[in-house]
Amino acid sequence: MTQAAVETHDLTRRFDGLTAVAKLNLRIERGEVFGLLGPNGSGKTTTIRMLCGLLEPSDGAALVAGIDVAVAPEQIKQRIGYMAQKVGVYEDLTVSENLDFYAGIYGLRRTAKRSRLQEVVTFLDLGDRLQQLAGQLSGGWKQRLALACALIHRPDLLFLDEPTAGVDPAARRRFWQTIHDLASAGTTALVSTHYMDEAERCGRLGMMSRGHLIAVGTPGEVAAQVGGHTLEDAFVILQERDEQ
Amino acid sequence: MMSRFWPMFRKEFIQMRRDRLTFAMMVGIPVMQLLVFGYAIQTDVRNLPTVVLDQSRTPESRDVVQAFQNTGNFRMVAWVDGWPALDRALARGDAQAAIVVPYEYPRELARGRTATLQVIVDASDPLASQSAIAAAGAVAMVRSLTILSRTEGGATPLDTRVRPRYNPGLRSPNYIVPGLVGVILTMTMVIITAMAIVRERERGTLEQLIVTPITKTELMLGKIAPYVGVGLLQMTAVLILGRYVFDVPITGNIVLLYAVSLIFIVASLAFGLFISTLVRTQQQAIQASFGFMLPNILLSGFMFPRQAMPEIAQWLGLFVPLTYFLKVVRGILLKGVGLEALWEEVLILVAFAVVLIVASVRRFRKTLD
Repeated sequence: MTQAAVETHDLTRRFDGLTAVAKLNLRIERGEVFGLLGPNGSGKTTTIRMLCGLLEPSDGAALVAGIDVAVAPEQIKQRIGYMAQKVGVYEDLTVSENLDFYAGIYGLRRTAKRSRLQEVVTFLDLGDRLQQLAGQLSGGWKQRLALACALIHRPDLLFLDEPTAGVDPAARRRFWQTIHDLASAGTTALVSTHYMDEAERCGRLGMMSRGHLIAVGTPGEVAAQVGGHTLEDAFVILQERDEQ
Repeated sequence: MMSRFWPMFRKEFIQMRRDRLTFAMMVGIPVMQLLVFGYAIQTDVRNLPTVVLDQSRTPESRDVVQAFQNTGNFRMVAWVDGWPALDRALARGDAQAAIVVPYEYPRELARGRTATLQVIVDASDPLASQSAIAAAGAVAMVRSLTILSRTEGGATPLDTRVRPRYNPGLRSPNYIVPGLVGVILTMTMVIITAMAIVRERERGTLEQLIVTPITKTELMLGKIAPYVGVGLLQMTAVLILGRYVFDVPITGNIVLLYAVSLIFIVASLAFGLFISTLVRTQQQAIQASFGFMLPNILLSGFMFPRQAMPEIAQWLGLFVPLTYFLKVVRGILLKGVGLEALWEEVLILVAFAVVLIVASVRRFRKTLD
């Protein structure tokens, strides 16, 4: 068996007695687009934050690119890209200043930096907006900028936490096309969402409820678990079952 | 009517109680102000540390020194052998006043001529020196009257010549402006950095930074370094204005002044950084910075001479960096002294800077908890 991109064993996180993630077991292969689907508070964000080294696991283990997040969180950081729910771009810097800053933080210098910036700008079509302040961008463009910043160091893995919140449908569609382009080039993506149409676009998905997985598989497989309903029906039925 | 008043009223109380830091400030600031203003502000300076140069060494001279001591304004800290030792004590700040009893003092007194005493005060601190000048005059007058009542007639038996050193004109700008350098630096440097990390946290950019390979030392040093330049610029502006608008002398070595200021700026920035690891919002950061500045301004000797404060306030003043920096700025600008007199203060400032940087780097965690 080859090494998985992400592997968790009974991953658990508690906040002051409240269990946000409970014994989560997950395996994501390289090059997959894996969706985490679940209602607010089901533990999606906490899971992603643990995988990125932003939060320490209370129990269990998580391996990202084969590295244990609890043991060597700093080693993982050069390998991953992350987009938080609230995008972390500097609104008082221009698009090009933001890109330049993150390129520098990730250790890119001179020609390597210039050529990589050019690539990312072309890939995400940011060329016309380089001199605009990030704070003046619309939701969709801000999200593209955030993705560009997260991609600048060519990460093997992308963690995207509800990346399309507050983004219009056309921009969402474009965004997903980009994710698939990246995946076909070998990047693994873990995307959390609560939109059904987005979940359908994932290669496989994991449904979360109350901090644990209630179903894993391709969208078709998950729907089939409850007798061939739509994904949305499957989600509602499985979640009700879980809460009983 | 007013039925919606109570829900609003109750909600405000709940929020006030939840925001621990604001609550602490609401209680803490008045208490601190009361204590500091109540105790620390006594413009009548007592117990001014004083050295005695007694050249005559006679019962008469001991007698008159005792009279100075009895006023309560002077506290004799040392008897010195000659002028060099006296100059050193004043330059280092070990003493802020000196009483010189000349050789001929007892002889002149015995012959019924005017005997002259010299009192030198460190006028880089005008409040302290004014009290000393007044007290010295009073001593001379009282002793003269007692002597006159015994001898009847003749010349005024005793005269004290007061020499305000370092600030002969007793000009208050000479005293305030050097102090302002320290106060302005404390204020702006601490607030700016206290906000720096918190602002990134509030805007969500800190989360993005944590997932990058940047080390926390790189992050924190990169954050404060630009403000070192800002601090030096502010200081230059105050010095230039002080020199050309208020005629404040620059007596000592300006390079040394900048070097020590650099240390003080770093210490202030590090303190701001430390605050930013303790608080969650920008508002709390500002409150905490003010909580830090108040004792700095009141206890350091910027507004009121430290000798005038009760022991506890003097002792507390030892824990604020500005106390040491003020001694350095006034020392260099007004007294023209160098490291030989100020090395202790400089070492203490270095210690402040190092401890604060280490403390804030250790407190900062590259996680969200």
